[in-house]
Formats: sequence, C-alpha cells, structure tokens
Amino acid sequence: MKQIRLHGRGGQGAALASQMLANAFVVEGKHAASFPMFGFERRGAPVISFVRFDDLPVREKTQIYAPDCMLVLDPGLQRLPNLFDGLSPESTLVLNSSKEVTESPSDNLKTTAVVNASAIAIAEVGRNISNTCLMGAFCAATGWLKLDSLHEAFKFYFSGKLLENNKNSATRGYNEVKLIEW
Amino acid sequence: MSTKIEISGETKGERRVLTGNAAAAYGALLARPDVVALYPITPQTEVVELLSQFHANGLLDAEMIQVEGENSAMSSIIAASVAGGRVFTATSSWGLAFMYDAFLMAAGTRTPAVMVNVNRETPGIYSVSCSRQDMMSVRDAGWIQIEVETTQEVLDTVLMAYRLAEDNDILLPVMVSYDGYYLSFMSEDMEIPPQEYADRFLASLKEQPERLKLVPGGPLGFHAHALLEDFMEYRYKHVAAMERTKNKLVEVEKEFEDIFGRNYHGAVEEYRCEDADIVLMTMGSSTGTARVAVDKKREQGIKVGLVKLRLFRPFPKEIVAKVLKGKKAVGVIDRSVCFGWDGGHLYNETKAALYDSGQNVKLVDYITGIASLDITIDHLERAIDEVGQAAKGKPVKDVTWLPLE
Repeated sequence: MKQIRLHGRGGQGAALASQMLANAFVVEGKHAASFPMFGFERRGAPVISFVRFDDLPVREKTQIYAPDCMLVLDPGLQRLPNLFDGLSPESTLVLNSSKEVTESPSDNLKTTAVVNASAIAIAEVGRNISNTCLMGAFCAATGWLKLDSLHEAFKFYFSGKLLENNKNSATRGYNEVKLIEW
Repeated sequence: MSTKIEISGETKGERRVLTGNAAAAYGALLARPDVVALYPITPQTEVVELLSQFHANGLLDAEMIQVEGENSAMSSIIAASVAGGRVFTATSSWGLAFMYDAFLMAAGTRTPAVMVNVNRETPGIYSVSCSRQDMMSVRDAGWIQIEVETTQEVLDTVLMAYRLAEDNDILLPVMVSYDGYYLSFMSEDMEIPPQEYADRFLASLKEQPERLKLVPGGPLGFHAHALLEDFMEYRYKHVAAMERTKNKLVEVEKEFEDIFGRNYHGAVEEYRCEDADIVLMTMGSSTGTARVAVDKKREQGIKVGLVKLRLFRPFPKEIVAKVLKGKKAVGVIDRSVCFGWDGGHLYNETKAALYDSGQNVKLVDYITGIASLDITIDHLERAIDEVGQAAKGKPVKDVTWLPLE
C-alpha cells in the first residue's frame, strides 16, 4: 500500500484532489480510499487530505502519518512547523512553487518535484486552483499513476470546457514539473 | 464536495468511488421514496446536495421539501408517512437536537421513517467534528439504530432500513448512522447496485397488509392519547417490536445477500474470533482500522479477535454475550462519553449484556476518537497490549481516555 498526504487551504481543492486521485487509481483497477480532515469549512484555513491505494481493499480509516508522497498545493504552507512530519528518505514531495528550490525542504526526502502550478492553473483554468496541475506533476514524479487515468477520473467531476481546461492543466503539470533528487 | 454523478440504467452494478454521504444519497434514491425533507448541516450536507441534484435532474421522483430547519424535516416526513408515503431525511448533531420532540414523536407514533444520522459532537463545546455523542443521546428514544463501517455498508443499510421500518411486524423508525468525516467524507471504491435489485429487494413490502393511512375525508386519530395501562400497552408493544427486529435483521440480510451478494453478518460481526483469547469491540468506521491492528498482532502470535457491533438499538445482548463467551478480556472502543458513568456507551451496554449471561469477562474501556481525534493503528495496538495484560490478571485501568492517559 502507498500513502499520500495532501496539504492545501480551504477553497484550493485539496479535498477534491484526494477524491480524484482515489478515483484515478480505481480506474487502473486498484483499490483506493481518500478523505479530508478539516474543522469548520473556511476558505484559506489549512486543509489536509489523505489517499491510500493498494491491490487489496483499503480497510483502515485513519489519518496518514508516514506518507510515501506529499503534495503541497499552497507554497505558503511550507512555513508550518509540522508540515513535513513523517516523511522518509524514500518519500517524494510535489510542491507548487513559483520559486526555484535550491535546498531540500526536509532532511527526509528522496525527490522534490516542483512546478509553478498556480501560474499554470491561472493560464489554463482561469483561477488559482492548482490541484489538477499538481496531480499531473504527481503522475510524472512518482510513476504510480498514468496521466490518462487521471484524465479519465476527471470525467466524474468536470464536464465541457472545465474538463478540457483541467486536463490541460494536469498535462502541463506532467510535462513541466522539475524533478530534483537530493 | 459534490460530484457529478448519473445513475446507470443497466442491470449490472456500477463500480464507483463515492463518499459515505454519496452512498447514503444513492441508497435513498434506490429506495424510491415518496417524500424527502432535508436541511443541511456539516458533515451531512452532501446528502442534501446530491438528493437535490437527483431531484433536479429528474432521477428522484419524490416530493422534495426544502424545510427551514430539522424540526420541520422530521415533522414533514412523519406527516407524509402517516399519509402512506415512503420517507427519508438525514441530519447530524445540532440538527438532531433541534428535531428532538419530532424525533420522539416519530417513535411514539410508530412511523416507519428512515433517517441517516452523520455522527458529530453535540452542542456545548463548539466543535464541528466526529463522535457518536449525538446518536447515543437518543438511544432511549425508541428508534432502531444501526451503525456502519464502510461506504458500501451505508448504501446497503439504507435499503435494509426500509425493510425493517416498513415491515408490518416492526413499524418503527430506523436511524442509520455513520461517523462524520471518517466515513461521511471517506471516498472508497464501491458498487452502486442496479435499480432492479433494489426494487426486487423492497418488493415484499408491497405484499403485506396495507398500513393504516390518513386520507382526506376519512377522519382518524394519530398521535394517540393514552393514560395508565393503555399507555403502558403502547410502550410494551413498542418494546416487543424492537425485540422482533433482532431476528428480522437476520432475515432481511439473508434476502439482501441472495440479491446483492453482500452480507454484514446481522447485528454483530466476529472477525478472527474463533480461537481468540482476547477481543476488541468496535462500532463504525474505526472497525476497519481495528481489523488492521488485529491482523498485525496476529502476525506476532497474539490470539486477538474483533467484534463489530452493527445493531445498537435494540441492543443484541444475547449475541454479544454469546460471542464474548470464554474470552479472557475484552477491549471496548468507545467514541462517546456516558456521562454519570465512568466510561462509554458501548462499554456500559456490553457490561450489562454480560451480567445477564452470568459470565465474568474482564472489560477494559477506551474512550477515544472524541471530536475527530484520530483512532490510529498505534492506539488500537496499545489497547490490545493492555487487554492482553488484563487477561493475565495484571491490573489495568477499567477506563482509559486515549490518548489523554
């Protein structure tokens, strides 16, 4: 089983991203489960969500403390003292950032995948909702999921122009992400 | 959280990734209710959103009442049920509190309503978070209460709830509960069964004697007045109907399995209990986590099992006593606080059930998962270790607040 933790802020789509990822793994014939954790629904408040996928059914309904991969939707969240807790030397970080990353954000990381997902989302979707772009980058960084499966999963959530825009955003994330090995 | 979903017209089920809330909405849709009255509240809101969407799309052919509060939601469906309709509503915590008088009325009038309650902390300490304090606060209201573990079980149990509620031998309201956040927002791969299956499963309800209905021009008194022994007789019959639910659930699940190919083992499920010296006892979403903890401990050679309680009201005391027979110690995982007793509700109920059976099984209670606290695999492994100590006769606290203590 692989475990993925997403960090965002209310309104940025971290919760929906975890659902879409779970859906995409199921498209590939795997079992998956995801859920978000937040208190009151407030825009801008930190939101965490979790995804597990496996060849066997996922039974545990508990938060993720040792993620194999972490997605950070909002660059400002890096200031949170506990953000990177639970990472391991084998973990992958997928980071939305407009800045070049020259130092490893955590001592416990194998790969950092950086993409300017906000800029891509504004260009492709018309709003700073970076989730679908970052999921495309996730596919490239981990190799756990095909981009096509992600596109397929989007169909359950978007239609028409919005579907096309988000597919484009994910594709650009996939193509434009920079992978840094530490 | 809403997702764009259309129901398939095929005869095969549809594999989908859905939240517990979406599963509840699909369960209600497949039951073909006549009247649905809903008011949104976190973490139940998605149920309202989806059923409204189904109604707007023409999938849900029901009278949809957008009420101004939960008290009206419950009052509306009682009235619709009295007029002969199949009814549905859903709520949580403050909403349940706000409908309290109507909620009691539904039980007292033997209204065959089905309601989903998404478990959330109760008013007082302001916290939009999970616990079973809300459903436990109405355990003596006279409703049948079933608590579920997975999103698939949410959908399936909503369908089963109609077979209990509207059965001529029962005629009682049924509450299907699931944990807020940990199940309401949990997306899992599951099956939306074909409408044809649901229709076949519910068809037998049409063959039973017609319910007494309030119809225009035919004056009838519902909400009967009674005193003394007349009143007592109503209560007596109500309790007898609740007792009949225990066997009825087994019958209903058997028929469910024949059609849908799934089964939840009736009121109580035993997991790896056969040769177990000690067991954990759980309800709801943390049961899945407990399965993992039990498997891990089994790999270390510890003979531990798991008992999942599904039917909370009526409390299946005979089955609980039977499955715990011969166990050396039991660790109860409670997600609610039984004020005035040092312990949780499941602990107290289980203790009472064991007393009746004359068994002296050591019970250890864990109050955990309060206000969305995560019930982790580590917590449950610690509980198993301590229960193992208790089984060896070593001193272990009767009630532990985990992870506070």
